[in-house]
Amino acid sequence: MFIIFVVNKCLIKMSPRIKRNRKVLNLPLIKGFKPYGPESGSDKKEPVILLYEEYEALRLCDYDMCNHLEASAIMNISRPTYTRIYAAVRQKIAKAFVEGRQIVIEGGKVYFDSDWYHCESCGCYANNPDKEKSLGNCPLCGSLNIHEYDYDNENNLTDAEESCDNVCICPECGYEQEHLRARPCNSDICPECNTPMVRKNNNK
Amino acid sequence: MKVAITSTGNSLESKIDKRFGRCSFFVIYDTETKSVEFIPNPNKDAEEGAGPASVQLVATRKADKIVSGEFGLKIKPLLDSLKIQMIVLKEPERTVSDIIDYLNH
Ligand SMILES: [Zn+2]
Ligand SMILES: [Zn+2]
Repeated sequence: MFIIFVVNKCLIKMSPRIKRNRKVLNLPLIKGFKPYGPESGSDKKEPVILLYEEYEALRLCDYDMCNHLEASAIMNISRPTYTRIYAAVRQKIAKAFVEGRQIVIEGGKVYFDSDWYHCESCGCYANNPDKEKSLGNCPLCGSLNIHEYDYDNENNLTDAEESCDNVCICPECGYEQEHLRARPCNSDICPECNTPMVRKNNNK
Repeated sequence: MKVAITSTGNSLESKIDKRFGRCSFFVIYDTETKSVEFIPNPNKDAEEGAGPASVQLVATRKADKIVSGEFGLKIKPLLDSLKIQMIVLKEPERTVSDIIDYLNH
């Protein structure tokens, strides 16, 4: 289903209906790769971390066959920025291949695929899952008093702050520390009891 | 069309639950038949994966829309890919019957 999105994006990019491009990120299907073979056994080696935007940059160019200009437009970033991200992901994958390291895909700033709207009448925010036509009236109260809204930019920050996704906890003794982006929790060892840490999962 | 509403309780006067994955009840409202079904959320106290499991639950009930207080960063792309519409209401004082009234506009 992710692939369908991609194709859609490449098509609608040409369409005059789309007022502006947004940075698009569809989450990858997997969390990473593990090497196999006699030399690959060392889980001790630091894994290579691919950020979501790096994964997206690679996917757009080498899977979806967009050129750099198209890919940068789809991700809503400048072409030099795209080129830098693309170079980084190629280098990381080469490193993982050559050195037999795991690849972990996580982190980075995630943007979403659909446009968001705000209704002045009932106060709700709603996304538009149908990319083909824009939202005419409020999906909750039916009011026409609805306008496009940059929900991601307005709300992602508090969203990320509220979730406990960025806290690691020791499953043994409960010691907590801030989760470091781009680093799996279990590569951190609890300073109290030497147990590998896990991600705290707690929405309160 | 079916709409899922996250609720703090199992009555029409219950306030909406601002959590999606760990809400107390899912209300499935059918806008055609006007039927209301309350489903206790089995993922309420799940250690992890409450969000995706709740997405699954709502999807199997064939809901086209979900009304809740917030959808987490991991939930939005899942619902996006299932083409389930997210409706975010920031006012926690609204009740399930308020939402149903809105839907019957
Ligand atoms: Zn409205
Ligand atoms: Zn510990």
